[in-house]
Amino acid sequence: MESTTLLSRPLALARRDPYVARLFVILVTLVAFFLIVRTDNFLSFGTWQSMGVQFPEFGLMALGVMITMITGGIDLSVVGIANMTSIAAASIMLSMVPPDASGGQATVGILVAVAVSLVTGALAGAFNGFLVSVVKIPAILVTLGTLELFTGIAIIITAGKPLSGLPALYGQTFGARLFGVVPVPLLIFVVVAIAMGVVMHKMSFGSKLYMLGTNATAARFSGLHSARLLIQTYTISGVCAAIAGLVLLANYNSAKADYGVAYTLLTVLIVVLGGVDPNGGKGKLLGVVLAIVILQILSSGLNMFPAISNFYRPLIYGGVLLVVISISEGKGRFWKRLNTRKKTKEEVVVS
Amino acid sequence: MKRILRSTEFYVFLVVVAISIIIQARSGQFFTANNLVDIANAMVVPGLFAIGAYMVLVSGGIDVSFPALASLAVYAATRFLVDIGYEGSILLPFAIVIVLGALLGAFNGLFTTFLVIPTLIITLGTANVFSGIMQGALNSVQISTLPPSMNAFGRANLFVATNPTSGLTSSMPVSFLILVAVAVIIFFVMKFTMFGRGIYAIGGDEASAIRAGFKVKAIKFWLYVVVGVIAALAGLIRTTSMGQMHPTNLLGMEIMVIAAVVLGGVAITGGTGSLTGVMLGTLLIVIVQNSMILVGVPTYWQRFALGTLIIVGTGVSAVQLMRRRTRQRLVSA
Amino acid sequence: MVETVISVRDLSKSFAGVKALDGVNLEIRAGEIHCLAGENGSGKSTLIKVISGVYQPDEGTIELNGTRHDKLTPIEAIRGGVQVIYQDFSIFPNLSVMENLALNHELSQGRKLVNWRRFRTIAKEAIAKINFHVDLDARVGDLSVADKQLVAISRALLHDTKLIIMDEPTTALTNREVEALFRVILDLKSRGIAILFVSHKLGEVFEISERFTIIRNGKLVVTSLPEELDHKKFAHYMTGREVDDVRFEQPETVGEPVLEVEGLGLEGALEDITFTLHAGEVLGITGLLGSGRTELALTLFGLFPTDSGKIRVKGRAVRLGGIRDAIANGIAYVPEDRLTEGLMLERSIADNIVVAELDEFTSPLGMMDSTRRQSEVDRWVADLKIATANAENPVNTLSGGNQQRVVLAKWLATNPDILILNGPTVGVDIGSKSDIHLILQDLARGGMGIIVISDDIPELLQTCRRILILDEGRVTAEVDPDTTTEQELSDLITGAITAGVGV
Repeated sequence: MESTTLLSRPLALARRDPYVARLFVILVTLVAFFLIVRTDNFLSFGTWQSMGVQFPEFGLMALGVMITMITGGIDLSVVGIANMTSIAAASIMLSMVPPDASGGQATVGILVAVAVSLVTGALAGAFNGFLVSVVKIPAILVTLGTLELFTGIAIIITAGKPLSGLPALYGQTFGARLFGVVPVPLLIFVVVAIAMGVVMHKMSFGSKLYMLGTNATAARFSGLHSARLLIQTYTISGVCAAIAGLVLLANYNSAKADYGVAYTLLTVLIVVLGGVDPNGGKGKLLGVVLAIVILQILSSGLNMFPAISNFYRPLIYGGVLLVVISISEGKGRFWKRLNTRKKTKEEVVVS
Repeated sequence: MKRILRSTEFYVFLVVVAISIIIQARSGQFFTANNLVDIANAMVVPGLFAIGAYMVLVSGGIDVSFPALASLAVYAATRFLVDIGYEGSILLPFAIVIVLGALLGAFNGLFTTFLVIPTLIITLGTANVFSGIMQGALNSVQISTLPPSMNAFGRANLFVATNPTSGLTSSMPVSFLILVAVAVIIFFVMKFTMFGRGIYAIGGDEASAIRAGFKVKAIKFWLYVVVGVIAALAGLIRTTSMGQMHPTNLLGMEIMVIAAVVLGGVAITGGTGSLTGVMLGTLLIVIVQNSMILVGVPTYWQRFALGTLIIVGTGVSAVQLMRRRTRQRLVSA
Repeated sequence: MVETVISVRDLSKSFAGVKALDGVNLEIRAGEIHCLAGENGSGKSTLIKVISGVYQPDEGTIELNGTRHDKLTPIEAIRGGVQVIYQDFSIFPNLSVMENLALNHELSQGRKLVNWRRFRTIAKEAIAKINFHVDLDARVGDLSVADKQLVAISRALLHDTKLIIMDEPTTALTNREVEALFRVILDLKSRGIAILFVSHKLGEVFEISERFTIIRNGKLVVTSLPEELDHKKFAHYMTGREVDDVRFEQPETVGEPVLEVEGLGLEGALEDITFTLHAGEVLGITGLLGSGRTELALTLFGLFPTDSGKIRVKGRAVRLGGIRDAIANGIAYVPEDRLTEGLMLERSIADNIVVAELDEFTSPLGMMDSTRRQSEVDRWVADLKIATANAENPVNTLSGGNQQRVVLAKWLATNPDILILNGPTVGVDIGSKSDIHLILQDLARGGMGIIVISDDIPELLQTCRRILILDEGRVTAEVDPDTTTEQELSDLITGAITAGVGV
């Protein structure tokens, strides 16, 4: 990652976006630290493999949370959607693919299950978007409610028990490695992240989202269809969560209503750490991706120290979040002062 | 009278009455002595948490760290007392927990006072720090034998209610008095002290509060200290009533508590809401969680019901607000 | 000799190297109404903050009631009888009138507990001071702007007040409310309370002040008596430039009707509005606040569904069910409140220019054509002379006048037939103001139909071909600017009130 060929880009970036640059520095420092202290472990293929399988679960959800936060909202229901949709997928696989099913039967069953899960995720997201934009309930309350609702539906379907006995093909597909190196979940994450980058930075839709998140009233007065934009946004988040659910399903090889409970707050933490403004309108995909990778490397890196238990992870996540917001807050004040100074200067010149 | 009819509290009250009557009609078991005592008992911990969450929401913030705060404070206290083989009165555990709750609350307070970042994000961070300290640094495990006085406190009853038909008994724990006492004290604080009015003022308009001469930073800081103490008390009560310290038992409760407070009419934008509403909202959720089984609804419908309740409850008030804005032809989104 | 409440000498204050105040002298006498005027960014608010102890000056002295202060603190200012009424009134919308009135007083007394009975007594005493009748238990958020202001004024009087500083107090008031406010101010004066009235409107300086002070770029320009002031001098003092306001030559003939409004009604706001806007003309619409002028604009922009009447655009009957309908029919609207309704302040100038026409250069797959976007941005920055080095800078780095050009660019980019501007030059410096007027004339000459809604009488007379006067939601007069003087137009507008109120 930290090769010299890429050096010019980060430098240009640092000037344009100091926050993302700082995240990049943190990432490089972390990698360097673990490389030096635990060279063998850190360079081992297995470490990177397991990282590539783990972080897409919450990484995909975080991408959804990110896009809602850019509109000034939030999505706390991603874990609910992920579990509900993965349970839907698992149920379909279990009913369509009997244990003695042929390969073709299994493929069809899995494809149907995946399709249903994505559609369910989209519908669940659209429902969130409808409540936020049309009924006009604050997003935090909507998604708090639908988190319960979707989790509730998941519990009702399964009576709270795990669904297991998925067709082997499903696990094999997700367990496969592209070119024998890249785990499928990582591949999925990369594809979704690139798609998200296109949506946010290359499509008019993304540009409109930033407008809406900056000032909803002015966006409406400029003719933006804010209700439709919001429903689309939450739908995208729902689909991301459903994809995360499919990864969860493969990683656990079963579906249950309460997998990944800790991810609800973790995703919000990641997105804020990635530099997205909770008030909307500001934030970059690159920042969020860096934040995801940083947290995963931090947690995998710490796993190499037997003395540090896994339970330290929340402490470190929370600590990193607090440190980063404290620093950027200090910087924020600095920038603000600088900006107001610029502004008064300009006004003086004009008048 | 008109004011009462317009208040959210009144409607939450009506919903509580309606649900009670439906459950009573379907099961005949709602208005029985033991069921009412069970509900009162189940109110204690969420009720205390809700009081804290209400204070923070009124100030314009939102706190998701209180379950982690309570767990850490109580785990640390219990671990310490068990390790030294403590056999004295219940007063020391209470004292330790209160001090720890205040310290952890002060930690929240420092961040919320000095950073202009949404408190949701800050308390998200501190919640992770708290549970990380408990699970990582303190290496928390279940403690199944509590100091005797804590056990005794958990079993202490005010009275025992018996259901005349089924013969089932339920006992009213002494801790219910703590809920009542805290509720009364906080009611007084919020209504009759400048500190309490300051919390409302900050939630209404922070810049105005500063100009009016409220010591906004101090008020916010002490607010989180008080909330930390209340949360820690709730944690201690949960531990003593279970007869064991289960470190992760409380985690995840924040969603249900915030839902209760919001249903009780406390605005998420700050500045409005009453303790009466908060207690009614908590009661509503406790009834839904505890009594659905009486009408034959399986327990795994609980979260679905809770979710529906949140969406319908907040939806109704959102639609009302929208109507009012349309009538006044307010154009801002 | 007249007693001096406060006098400041050689006051300077810098922020990060930029002088916000530069050697300013100001003296306010007991019981005088003193106007402080200046453009946005002239240093007015810094001066207020220094007088009220919020900022400490870098140089200079403040003498309050004869006592010299090198470092005046807010508490000392309040004890010295200085009260500031900010534009937002510093109220708590969620609390009752009673509490809003009593809280500050109780805080200044250092009380820790609330005695609701005493609160009520204090509140009653406060509103009695200016004969203000209001339900003490009402939520302040539910009151009208004027009543909120009266709450703030009565609250300020609870202290032993010698000087009340009012920061642009008439901004959101209707004319009737302004008159009521002026009566209150005169009453305060008669009790020996000095008023520092901050404003940038000439009319107010004339009407209410006994002396005025104008500052520009942090420097004192003049302190004088209103009798020695006229429109031209005022503009010169404010901007430092000579501004001549000649009337724009209006075209002899205009084009086809682009907008025909017939019998338009909106419950509680508009009644039977009928008028026609032709291609190539600038039509003025004026009236007091609350006359329905903003409602009319917003109705034409699709925000409010009409109860009755017809709207035809270029001869075609249309139904405007939303902003998007209006835009689709070639209607554009430059809102009154640029900051909340017009601009996405933290987004770039470029983003703000293209936001309304994004779909134009979006491929069927939703991709944005960045080359076309860039050429649009370049074109408008050049055409409207938006003063920026880089269009990717946030729009909040621009001055008010340049910000307004960005809003204009956004709409011109959609190529509208009808352009409605509500308060086109509010908060815009005088230089940009005449530029914007020029742009409007050019657009009209190019065949656009333009509606200018304004309460700036010289602006209306200068730029419009016809002017409609609204009152209580009806069109009460149509005026030809060629044959109307400022005074006549003003009388027509205010005369309309007396006719309306006389019922």
